[in-house]
Amino acid sequence: MSKIRKLTKEERKKEIVKVACRLFAERGYYNTTIPDIAEELGMSVGNLYNYFRSKEELAKYIMQYSSKLLGEEIHKINQQDIPTKEKIYKIVRKFFEIGQEQPELIEYFLRVFLSNREVFEEGCEGFLCVQEVVTELMLFLEEGARKGDFRQQDFFPAFVTLMGPLGGMVFLQGENVLPKEPVEYSQELAENIWRALKAD
Amino acid sequence: MKNLLWIQGLSCNGNTQSLLNAENPYFYELFQKVELLYHPSFSYRENLQTVLKRIDSDKLKVNFLVVEGAVTSDMKFHRTGNYTIAQILQKLKDKVDYIIAAGNCASFGNIPATLSCNPDVTGLQFRFTQKGGLFPSDFKTKSGYPIINIPGCPMHPAWFTQTIIALLEGRKIVLDSFNRPKELFMYLSHDGCIRNEYFEWKVEGEEFGHKEGCLFYNLGCRGPMTHAPCNKILWNGISSKTRAGMPCIGCTEFDFPLRRNYFETKKNIGIPEEVPLGVTKRAYLTITGVAKTFKNERLNKKLEETD
Ligand code: SF4
Repeated sequence: MSKIRKLTKEERKKEIVKVACRLFAERGYYNTTIPDIAEELGMSVGNLYNYFRSKEELAKYIMQYSSKLLGEEIHKINQQDIPTKEKIYKIVRKFFEIGQEQPELIEYFLRVFLSNREVFEEGCEGFLCVQEVVTELMLFLEEGARKGDFRQQDFFPAFVTLMGPLGGMVFLQGENVLPKEPVEYSQELAENIWRALKAD
Repeated sequence: MKNLLWIQGLSCNGNTQSLLNAENPYFYELFQKVELLYHPSFSYRENLQTVLKRIDSDKLKVNFLVVEGAVTSDMKFHRTGNYTIAQILQKLKDKVDYIIAAGNCASFGNIPATLSCNPDVTGLQFRFTQKGGLFPSDFKTKSGYPIINIPGCPMHPAWFTQTIIALLEGRKIVLDSFNRPKELFMYLSHDGCIRNEYFEWKVEGEEFGHKEGCLFYNLGCRGPMTHAPCNKILWNGISSKTRAGMPCIGCTEFDFPLRRNYFETKKNIGIPEEVPLGVTKRAYLTITGVAKTFKNERLNKKLEETD
């Protein structure tokens, strides 16, 4: 307790996200209660409500948190003065690294966000809770096409060509069928994405 | 009474036509306040050569020199008697109080300056983005002002009459970095467009001339990056391009004729290459992403069908 008390509000929220993510993914969204999460964290239910007013709010916050985390990383890559192809590699690698460091976020995405859409209907509709990632990817794709590296096309086909393989990989990992860690496929995957998007 | 001399370089006469539509003050009212020494389209008693001679011999003092059209020193492309427009301007430049560039050609060179067979065509003090045209960028007339640019293809008559009247009344005019009066050109043509609501909610028009939809995303509207009060000072006192369903084509800007595909918004992977002035692309994409998530029911209907 004394250790937790020293954390700032943001750090504490991060702790809560980590634990809640794991419990939601393990037991399912509906089978996990705020008291369960509080107990796991060793904090009182009342105190947890100081951070999140409801389970739904917590669920949405986790999405926003993940989006911000990944969005900031892609932002850094976007700022770098390196070839487009290398940026793809860095994005792919960063995505898998985050997944390796905080696997609960990926689990949460696959087992809660994608499986319990009704929870996210209000307040997370469309891209609202993942706007940072989408914006950064828009900037990345726009710049690539402006420089003539990417073929011109509509946004959505390009978007899924980039993100689809990443989702597919972590899904396979979740199913325990991948012989290696996803991050070890970064190079090949980045090459595939580059070939699919590049100008002829 | 102060006086005004109007001369033309490479011009389609469009700014003169526009001036004839002036209201409040009307064309004739304006020239009751200021004496028109000579205008190539209206003067039949006076002769430019005679006027020029009188100025040259200091018998006549000119207050306002208005130039319409781009300028060149190449006799093959433009001449008045034995002089080129450039020569006439060199003679007059230090003898007049103010020089006003009427329209985009005189201001920035515009379409005549894109002529590849004569690279000498230019605006008076700018050539597109480049500072310095026929006159260097530090040139000033007797009044202390550089060339006062009133661009537009054509300029709106009120932009011209307001500027002249302000100077006649001895008011100070603040100019922007392209020497356009700030009072007029601090507005974007997007400001006051009746389609602003559609712009905010990202409801985009697909066709010209419809009452509904913003023309930014599909039809190339330059309103959000064009300095012009077109939706504040309406055309013929009635309307504007964007109000009528025609995209703004950015004709008051220095780079107006350098663009291609005026009715298309340049996009990369579906994302506009240029975003409204004042916001970063990141901010613009974020806010439009949010706007697109929601639906404003009213804006998705034909206006006649709304409650
Ligand atoms: S039509 Fe053009 S000027 Fe009007 S709101 Fe849309 S972008 Fe702005």
